[in-house]
Amino acid sequence: MLSYLLATLTFAGVYALLALGLNVIWGMAGMINLGLAGFFALGAYASALATVALGLPIALGIVIAIAAAALAGALLSRLTLNLRGDYLAIVTLGFGEVIRLIAANEIWLTNGSDGIPGIPGPFRGALTPLQFNALSCGLLLLAVALAWFLTERLRRSPYGRALRAIRDDETAAAVAGKPVRLYKVQAFAIGAGLLGLAGAAYAHFTSYVAPDIFRPLLTIYIFLALTAGGTGNTSGAVLGAFLVIVILEGSRFIEPMFHGMSGAQGAALREIIIGSVLIFVMRIRPEGLLAERPPKPVEP
Amino acid sequence: MELLPQLLVNGIISGTLLAIPAIGFTAIFAVLRFPNFSVASHATIGAFAGYAANVWLGLPAAPALIAAFLVAALVGLASDEIALKPLRPYGALTAAIASIALTIVLENMVRFGFGNELRGYDLPLVRDWRIAGVRVGPQQVQNLVLALIIMAAVFAALKFTRIGKAMRAVADNPTLAELKGIDPVRVGRLTVFIAMGLVGAGGMLLGLGTSIDPLTGFRFILPIFAAAVVGGLGSIPGAALGAMVVGIGEELSVLVLSPSYKSAVGFVAIVLVLAFRPRGLLGERAY
Repeated sequence: MLSYLLATLTFAGVYALLALGLNVIWGMAGMINLGLAGFFALGAYASALATVALGLPIALGIVIAIAAAALAGALLSRLTLNLRGDYLAIVTLGFGEVIRLIAANEIWLTNGSDGIPGIPGPFRGALTPLQFNALSCGLLLLAVALAWFLTERLRRSPYGRALRAIRDDETAAAVAGKPVRLYKVQAFAIGAGLLGLAGAAYAHFTSYVAPDIFRPLLTIYIFLALTAGGTGNTSGAVLGAFLVIVILEGSRFIEPMFHGMSGAQGAALREIIIGSVLIFVMRIRPEGLLAERPPKPVEP
Repeated sequence: MELLPQLLVNGIISGTLLAIPAIGFTAIFAVLRFPNFSVASHATIGAFAGYAANVWLGLPAAPALIAAFLVAALVGLASDEIALKPLRPYGALTAAIASIALTIVLENMVRFGFGNELRGYDLPLVRDWRIAGVRVGPQQVQNLVLALIIMAAVFAALKFTRIGKAMRAVADNPTLAELKGIDPVRVGRLTVFIAMGLVGAGGMLLGLGTSIDPLTGFRFILPIFAAAVVGGLGSIPGAALGAMVVGIGEELSVLVLSPSYKSAVGFVAIVLVLAFRPRGLLGERAY
């Protein structure tokens, strides 16, 4: 039971990192990213390949994962810089699908749909499974705390203010002399880097990655986390991620109440619940539990 | 190159089938101004409704296609009223995100009812025709004809009926249309009904060639988006033209790429078009 709780908390940490990354891209800079599963996959595969195929240490694998996802984010946002939001939505969704196609088909690199097993975790061999879960959980919560601190600082800085200005009125921000195009690419890259970090953390914790893990469903989980927590609010992103895990894991306990439901039906029911909750939350409380509050001006 | 004529024929057939859901997607974009990603689940719903009519009730493909249209249209209208319409005032992106959530909900309802296994339609087995070295199945030809009839009906309705004119007016300028006494809410409803019906019929047409499962619709979204974007989002003739480009492009891609990357051709087409001609072949500006 303790092991299950620790594992669940670790997954909540992964989701929180994803929500924080999305919060930079969508919450602060106002760019839609429906392909976040693609960046998550990129990070997971980059770190998995670096450690399994090249035998690099885990820390270096994670750095490579962040760099790969951030680079992909910079390239994608540079390519789509002029597009209106609805077009960006289509492009990013397509990006996520293409990453999944590549992961499933480049068998020489990714082992295809069989996935990559045996990804090393920190001290996995030396610890009991329970100790390993406790360590991963601790490391992940530490990473979430760090990411929270850094993105919150980003949000309060003049840079964060410029991002919000770009989000709310791009033309006005440009007129005020902000380098709109540069800032948008940077914000997308920073956010994508966090998504890559989440992917790497996931890969090293579960020791296995496969293309099926990165379905667009994940994108919905994270949008639900951010929308429920409060788009643009850093603490809201973390809170929302934990909330999504509570809904996901909580609905596992509802399942046994319905007799004669197959495993596939149970999984389908869970996803129906998640999707409906997202639509419901957007409808009744679009600003989320913790609404975005601009930082207070400093009193002279 | 003896492969080329065969690939071109395949491309023209799949492009024509693809045009049906692409027209639906682009019509919703034209009138309601947001990318409705729930076309994925409505294509699946149409494919399964057609399956139920074909296998359970024993109807042939053409009447089953009407069932696919009607069921997808009704589900589309109901889910739009409940889930998406109240969110549209918050902006196109909010509605777009909600439409993905809606896709997940509807797709899993299909999965709940039908399970994950692959299902095939009950179609008469017939020998392929060979015309000048090109192999064509009679079923493919029938699908092609059905798709062409649907397309002709859509174009005729848009051109000649009052409803079609009202739709084009709202798409062109909603404020002006309202001043002229056209009720945009009614036109919106009608658009969703017809468009999702087309998507459902398209889902069945695309599924007839293979087998279907709850992810059927999702597999076709890249080519559907690509057709709409290549043609110019919001342009119905554009979607038909774009579908042809994407359909032929996908088939020709097997000359240089592994066939599993067929659906990536759509993405490449989207990126290229948006980079060099954002308004597509026949559409409006993208920014």
